[in-house]
Amino acid sequence: MKTMPDKNGHFGIFGGRYAAETLMPALIKLSEAYRAVKNDKAFRKEFAYYRKDYAGRETPLYFAAGMTKALGGAKIYLKREDLNHTGSHKINNTLGQALLARRMGKKKVIAETGAGQHGVATATVAALFGMVCRIFMGEEDIRRQAANVFRMKILGAEVVPVASGTATLKDAMNEAMRYWVSSVRDTFYIIGTTAGPHPYPQMVRDFQSVIGRETKRQIQKAAGRNPDALIACVGGGSNAMGMFYPFRNEKNITLYGVEAAGLGLATGKHSASIGAGKVGVLHGNKTYLLQDDEGQVRDAYSIAAGLDYPGVGPEHAYFHATGKVEYKTVTDEEAIAAFSFLSRKEGIIPALESAHALAYAMKIAPRMAKNKIIVVCLSGRGDKDAQTIIEANLL
Amino acid sequence: MSRISEKFQELCAKKEKALIVYLTAGDPSLAVTKKLIPALESAGVDILEIGVPFSDPTADGPVIQAAAQRALKTGTTLAGVLQLVREVRKSSQIPIVLFGYFNPIFAYGTEKFSYAARRAGVDGILVVDLPPEEAEELRQYTDRAGIDFISLIAPTTDQARLCRIAAHAAGFIYYISITGITGTAAPDIASIRSEVGKIRAVTDLPVAVGFGISGAKQAGRIGCFADGVVIGSALVKLIHENRNKAALIKIVAGYIKSIKEGLRQNSLC
Repeated sequence: MKTMPDKNGHFGIFGGRYAAETLMPALIKLSEAYRAVKNDKAFRKEFAYYRKDYAGRETPLYFAAGMTKALGGAKIYLKREDLNHTGSHKINNTLGQALLARRMGKKKVIAETGAGQHGVATATVAALFGMVCRIFMGEEDIRRQAANVFRMKILGAEVVPVASGTATLKDAMNEAMRYWVSSVRDTFYIIGTTAGPHPYPQMVRDFQSVIGRETKRQIQKAAGRNPDALIACVGGGSNAMGMFYPFRNEKNITLYGVEAAGLGLATGKHSASIGAGKVGVLHGNKTYLLQDDEGQVRDAYSIAAGLDYPGVGPEHAYFHATGKVEYKTVTDEEAIAAFSFLSRKEGIIPALESAHALAYAMKIAPRMAKNKIIVVCLSGRGDKDAQTIIEANLL
Repeated sequence: MSRISEKFQELCAKKEKALIVYLTAGDPSLAVTKKLIPALESAGVDILEIGVPFSDPTADGPVIQAAAQRALKTGTTLAGVLQLVREVRKSSQIPIVLFGYFNPIFAYGTEKFSYAARRAGVDGILVVDLPPEEAEELRQYTDRAGIDFISLIAPTTDQARLCRIAAHAAGFIYYISITGITGTAAPDIASIRSEVGKIRAVTDLPVAVGFGISGAKQAGRIGCFADGVVIGSALVKLIHENRNKAALIKIVAGYIKSIKEGLRQNSLC
């Protein structure tokens, strides 16, 4: 099987490096630097050390007996990325990128954030490695994810409010890219998802692949075989890619990526770029995008700020086009039901993003035989969403 | 020879520098843009860059971002911009470069766009987020259609890359005068001079300088060593601020004349 992406970052027709000339030399240098550390023993050792002793890996693969029993079908295991330091899978990637930034001699980092999880994970590693940190966040997200904004500030990061567009993740990324154009000589941009120009989709995938690698080992230990299905939520798609990638060549396993259907695909208020988008170019890569017939990017919507993005990582686009992964959608309402369900049945409050994956598990588990196994990537914890749930009177 | 090359030759013969201006099509409306163009031309604009609005202009500063938003709100589309060019062409031979981002062109269809743009009278295309590594998917058609694919060089572009880009460039080279987005910082003239020198060493194409140039003196100083200067945000801002005034066209023309005058002031060199 051909290794993806090619040297210019293409996954089939997707991906690439659609960036302003000012950024191109930096992106090329970053690709080279990443290629150099990818197989560098010292780097890998250092990375592994921080993952274990600092972030707390490996994360458990937990058999959700209560959830399984209540649904009455397939056995459900949860990959507990919520138990990572900072409360989500995002730290896997920010540790990797910050270590790379340090090697490249960059002392300033920037990041975009939606739910604030990536922002917190970036602010955290910046504090750890003594870097100056600036986080771009949409004003709407600042409002609905206030707890994470406080965390970033406590960690010493500057949170830059972004008012343009819908003041959510897409706009935060626009602003981070603009800032990077002006500061590219001394600043490292830590992108939080498997999107952006090459080499980000590849680099973030590789840093997140620890999720799938551990899961593979853990399920062998627990069940003596591979799962029948893997389920993960997809906004930009970093936790899903991290979970799926090590399983991509396995037979007899179905990979489900779950996009946010928001208020329903028919309402136009959703974030299902694969489910309802068309191929286009945004934020440095070619992928499925929510856009109008004129190629203007449409506003995404989801109750989960981390899924509220009109694009998707180019490798997901490729996996969709080649049929490697099945992409499904889950509405706000279904995600909220799953949020409550897991909280009550397992005593685990999931992030609203992860609740989308759980909701899809709730759909298919009852229809599957009891000896079947589903692994759900529980990408983050839901403390940050308490305010959204309470404000909207959703309990 | 394209209208762009002809224009540079004509200016060279007169020992003049090109005044290139950018304006966002459809801000405040396509009708006003259409009225502004002949006024810009008679005030001394040599080459026109017409901005095609995009929802996510990541290389643009606040002024052009806002202009794009307004243009989109009034329903400006790429097809509408091509229609505008067709109408301008009825009475003008000013070289026209479309300036924008790739997605609207990709959505229109790269091949269809290239021929439609040529037929409408477009002479050049500048796509900010289409570096040489990705350019082929559009350029294979713009080249065939006879549209100059304008290349950008940034302060961060290294020598090897500069050589590669220059070797494939057409029309003119656009040197981005600041490490930044449009209209946000005052360029440092001495460093631009040295960078333009490096570009000249590898190409015979004219070199224009843009991003952050707003004043007549600045333009004049850059005109001492570059073949043209680009005025963008400053003009867009002026149009927006005076959009409701009866004297809009007069104000804009006055500003352009002052820049043109600055460009002619060899005393600054």
